[in-house]
Amino acid sequence: MQFIFRYANPHEFMRLSGRVLPFTAIATAACLAAALYLGFSAPPDYQQGRTVLILFIHVPAATLAMGVYGAIAVCSLLSLVWRHPLSDIAARSAAPLGALFTVLGLVTGSLWGKPMWGTYWVWDARLTSFLLLLFIYLGYMALWNAVEDETRAARAAAILALVGAVNIPIIKFSVDWWNTLHQGESLMSGKLAPVFLAPLLLMMAGYALLFLTLWMVRIRTAILERRARSLMQG
Amino acid sequence: MNFDMGPYSVYIWPAYGVSAVLLIGVTVWTVAAWRRARAKLAGLEKRGPSSRPRDMASGT
Repeated sequence: MQFIFRYANPHEFMRLSGRVLPFTAIATAACLAAALYLGFSAPPDYQQGRTVLILFIHVPAATLAMGVYGAIAVCSLLSLVWRHPLSDIAARSAAPLGALFTVLGLVTGSLWGKPMWGTYWVWDARLTSFLLLLFIYLGYMALWNAVEDETRAARAAAILALVGAVNIPIIKFSVDWWNTLHQGESLMSGKLAPVFLAPLLLMMAGYALLFLTLWMVRIRTAILERRARSLMQG
Repeated sequence: MNFDMGPYSVYIWPAYGVSAVLLIGVTVWTVAAWRRARAKLAGLEKRGPSSRPRDMASGT
């Protein structure tokens, strides 16, 4: 825990993130370029044809949508228990990015569902719980903006984030718990051929690195904005 | 690389298009916000303590 607090100091964070950012940005571009090249070079799947290309962007977006929420929940816990100001900034900065990945997961999933299932949308457990995740993100962001006092807003938002976290395992295991059109876990099951697995893993790494890069820039922006506000208030 | 999507092009290209537009868009927006914040802070620090808006308003 001491390690986290040491680098969670705003000054230390600015210094460290400034050094790390160029590398994460370059790694993001490299992973995404390699994933696109391998993805578009992959042969058609024997069942899904070339729609397997949507797998390469749908799974990373959906995974990040849930992963970012997990990060917000952890930051919220740190904020509630240790009252660390940077964890509030970190949680708040991640939310719009998580909401964006959720939208991408929904849109790409819908565009994959039509040719494979014959419908863009179905109100089953996986899809509905994933849509709920988008509403939780939107509610979380709205709450931050609705409460004027920043300390109170941070507390309320952190509690909402932790309550909403119950939805994450529901999304994850919905395909096992209920009958659904959505296919089960394919990444860890070993069912995916290496020719599809390689671009998928690279794309997931690219999406995760992109999130990490943008998250750091957003936290840095929020720190500068806070500094500017305190200067203006004297 | 093979860009022939056959009958599925109406699903695959929009999926990639939306993803590209939103991800590039959020990157541009994030960098623009960072530059704005940096410029604003630099302006405030340059003006120094005596000419900050509130100081001027209170006449100090």
